[in-house]
Amino acid sequence: MLELRDVNSFYGKAHILQDLSFSVGCGEVVALLGRNGAGKSTTMKSIIQIVRPRSGSVTLAGRELVGQPSYRVARSGIGYVPEDRRIFTALTVLENLEVGRQPRRDGAPFWTVDALFELFPNLYERRNRLGKAMSGGEQQMLTIARTLMGNPSLLLLDEPSEGIAPVIVEQMAHAILRLKAQGLTVMISEQNLHFARVVADRAIIIESGAKKFDGSFEELAAKPEIRDAYLAV
Amino acid sequence: MGFFIAQLLTGLANAAALFLVASGLSLIFGVTRIVNFAHGSFYMLGAYVGITLMGVLPGVLGPHFGFWGAIVLTGLIVGLAGALVEIVVLRPIYRAPELFQLVATFGVILVVQDLALMVWGAEDQMGPRAPGLRGVFRILGEPIPKYDIVLICITPFILLALWALIAKTRLGVLVRAATQDREMVAALGVNQRWLFTGVFALGSALASWGGALQLPKGGADLLMDFNIIGPLFVVTVIGGMGSLPGAFIAAVLISVLNVFGVAYMPQSTLVLMFVVMAIVLIVRPYGLLGKEEVAGEHGQSGAPETPIRPFGQRGKIAVAGLLLVLALLPLVTQPFALVLLTDIVIFALFAASLQFILGTGGLVSFGHAAFYGGGAYAAALMVTYAKTPMEIAFLFAPLGAGMLALVIGWFCIRLSGVYFAMLTLAFSQLVWSLVFQWRAVTRGDDGLIDIWPSAWLSGTVPYYYFTLVVGVLGILFLRTVIHAPFGYALRAGRDSARQAEAMGIDVKRVQYVAFALAGALAGLAGGLFVFAKGSVFPTELEIGKSFDALIVVFLGGVKTLSGGIVGASFMAAVEDWLTRLHYWRLLLGLLIIAVVILAPEGIVGSARRLGLRLGLVKHTEAD
Amino acid sequence: MTEILRVENLAKSYGTFEAVKGISFTVREGEMKALIGPNGAGKSTCFNMLTGQIRPTRGEVFLDGARITGLPPRVIWRRGVGRTFQITGTYQSMTVIENVQMALISHNRRVFSLFGRARALYRTEALALLDRAGMADQAERPCSVLAYGDLKKLELAIALAHRPRLLLMDEPTAGMAPSARIALMQLTAEIVAEEGLSVLFTEHDMDVVFAHAHHIMVLNRGELIADGNAAEVRANPQVQEVYLGGGMLFKEIDHA
Repeated sequence: MLELRDVNSFYGKAHILQDLSFSVGCGEVVALLGRNGAGKSTTMKSIIQIVRPRSGSVTLAGRELVGQPSYRVARSGIGYVPEDRRIFTALTVLENLEVGRQPRRDGAPFWTVDALFELFPNLYERRNRLGKAMSGGEQQMLTIARTLMGNPSLLLLDEPSEGIAPVIVEQMAHAILRLKAQGLTVMISEQNLHFARVVADRAIIIESGAKKFDGSFEELAAKPEIRDAYLAV
Repeated sequence: MGFFIAQLLTGLANAAALFLVASGLSLIFGVTRIVNFAHGSFYMLGAYVGITLMGVLPGVLGPHFGFWGAIVLTGLIVGLAGALVEIVVLRPIYRAPELFQLVATFGVILVVQDLALMVWGAEDQMGPRAPGLRGVFRILGEPIPKYDIVLICITPFILLALWALIAKTRLGVLVRAATQDREMVAALGVNQRWLFTGVFALGSALASWGGALQLPKGGADLLMDFNIIGPLFVVTVIGGMGSLPGAFIAAVLISVLNVFGVAYMPQSTLVLMFVVMAIVLIVRPYGLLGKEEVAGEHGQSGAPETPIRPFGQRGKIAVAGLLLVLALLPLVTQPFALVLLTDIVIFALFAASLQFILGTGGLVSFGHAAFYGGGAYAAALMVTYAKTPMEIAFLFAPLGAGMLALVIGWFCIRLSGVYFAMLTLAFSQLVWSLVFQWRAVTRGDDGLIDIWPSAWLSGTVPYYYFTLVVGVLGILFLRTVIHAPFGYALRAGRDSARQAEAMGIDVKRVQYVAFALAGALAGLAGGLFVFAKGSVFPTELEIGKSFDALIVVFLGGVKTLSGGIVGASFMAAVEDWLTRLHYWRLLLGLLIIAVVILAPEGIVGSARRLGLRLGLVKHTEAD
Repeated sequence: MTEILRVENLAKSYGTFEAVKGISFTVREGEMKALIGPNGAGKSTCFNMLTGQIRPTRGEVFLDGARITGLPPRVIWRRGVGRTFQITGTYQSMTVIENVQMALISHNRRVFSLFGRARALYRTEALALLDRAGMADQAERPCSVLAYGDLKKLELAIALAHRPRLLLMDEPTAGMAPSARIALMQLTAEIVAEEGLSVLFTEHDMDVVFAHAHHIMVLNRGELIADGNAAEVRANPQVQEVYLGGGMLFKEIDHA
């Protein structure tokens, strides 16, 4: 479904992604693992074209995304949930959802506000609150809900568990598993191996913007040296 | 009491148009982060298009539907024009530095001025009366035009309608979201390019409605665009950039203040407005309802600047040769050519002083004429009232302008980016209005005359030499400063204020001193000017004069001191030829827009690039 | 070893949110100390309080025994606290050596000189500093063409220009290739050893931290949860849980 081939991305002069290649299959949940600064966020941004790769290709169902404006990439069915959440703080919960609303898309689950409130009951209670008056966990749910309003077929979640209370993380894990059951393809970047293992089918490990491992969690468990080198210490 | 209420109502009625225009500017700034200097042009277009439609539609639709229909339709037509401007002019430069955007919108002003001249002619046009609203109401015995009452009643509804649009519709939600985080809005599948176009069209339509609605109280003329910029910026700055309620409060405040000013202190109406602005800004630097803005979204345009170098052997010879030619010219040329050359040297010094603060300092000053004109007036006032000999009075030009820059700079340096630009412009308008209205001292638009140099400098040739020596020394002084530690520190603050602060440089203080220096040098140019012409008028302090200098620096190239000088010579030479053409503003405006979009490095930068390509200039690493 | 920096009960609140919750620590002469922790733990806030960019809500900072709490950044810089940034902020329109000369000009209080050529000032000193950072051969290149790793070295040379007692480095190796990271930190370690200055740095690359830091502090949600040598910090269960990984955070879900 999604394929990255030899992607190179920069921040100014810093060479962040170095010839990164991997693919994500339809209906799969893939975890992108690696330490802080390994290039996980940049990978996500290079897919949605907020960061423009200097070379390489990113294709969604065979269509080239590199060089397209972000809104086109989003409309082609990729939903992006940024690491720093970036909710619209001066807008209410309902208005935040409105920004994300896009027409129904074939081959992707169709979301309504009501369906999302069912998935994230906390949001319903806070529907008329301003974004800035929400806790970190609620904000995180709101960004995911806001992105789902665009009816994506592929969801990019950048560090969803970062800085969030364990109980909320648990709710989020359940939500992601439900999305998976609905046939959504998900790519999730994580530092937390435990969380990743609960929700994901496959792990990709990157370090310094290059791929170091690609395989199932069983294979990863069989290679403690990889885990020690790139994840834990 | 009746008089008081009548004044208040007139003020409120006047606030309607001002609020409409200001809300449009605020809306556009909120989303696009561009200060649209051409906003006054859409106001003017609104007035002209309104008059034309009001002449046609009532015959078709009847008087009432014709009049109000014409106003509505005006908004649609001018809104479309705004969309066109956004697509053609602004889209390519959203990521360019502020200066480029501001200069581009200034190009639009020039184009619109000439288009209006072509279509509607130079005559001022009276606005038609609103049907059924010709008479007056009597309130406590005072006559209040019926149309004023209608305007007062309409304005809250306009505010309400705008509020509803922003607060309740999907478009409004998207606009507010984009104001906070454009990138995220795009990542959610919203085509923000069209969102920007739509907002720009709406803002232009609002400005045009302001122009059309004031027709029954005024009319349409070709100066409307410039005349509204002062009040417009004051209202936006006082209200807080990007805040609609702020724009409303400030529009009412300023309009009411103006009416009472006319009634009680007729000599100081214009000044009053700026004094209020200054007071508001001391208390709240970002306006009544504005939020602190973190500047820095704008990038560098074009290649990074190359490190500065002292002149090489060949450069020194070239400069010396040029100076020699200039020194020998009086032996061979006609007097009128010397007059033109004198003008060029003065303008070059003025432009170089602006280039210093703008290019080296990175501070986009939009009111530099305040110091040029201020210097001219300082000298002229000394001659007129103290009968000071020219030699002494001349020194007061840089001195007075430098002091003025210290005062204005104290307010402005605290801000940065577009806020700095708007504030310098507003303060230069303050100086202008002070000179314009304080007739007892400055003689207003009659100007100060009979300001001639001493006997040993009178005559075209001696004064040419005097100008040449002073001008060249001034420019050399700026060059020395740029190469001195102070100039390096100024550049350091521009390149990376954070790093400069981290290495112990007081960036704001460096900028403050640089601002004062630039002001003093501009004043020096003004001093040369006043004794060359023998007179000075408030036009030397106008926005137009500031923009002349900006355009010259911009055309020449922002990045080098020579840019200002080359641009000034180019302009002075071309202007002589250009102004003979009927529609020269149109040409100049198009030229400016083309330069912004196609050759953002200006004449010097582009010539260098061309030289590189042809192998005439040595390739250095940074090219 | 004597104490260079002493921080006592330092805290910063934004409204009801407490970004840094009263932390205390010391940095000793000739020491390289790392401050690590998850994003948003308060590392930047902490740095900004030490250099004067942010005024602490409470607590005290002492440099060489003298109180510097809440002093303006420039004053703290003059007292001998240098800083490098995660995203380099060198002067793009100047050459490499001019960048260092600028720092020396400021150090010698010559910023407001209107005359004299800046290019000619303190060249020898600037060259010596560049040489120390391995950048002497690039002295005359425009800063805008430098490779990223060289920019980092230049920043180091700039930071050394005012002979700091204490150098704060914000993620010095972010965005660099692994080999370049090691080289930069080795260079830093050499300079620290020679000049006897102290370094406090934040870093996400644990290889760098464990290879070069004499002591490590771990900040989590504004609280200092560990302060010790590499072995102690690694063994600390709380540190493993919130930062180093291998935590127990999701046991509940595992069972579900």
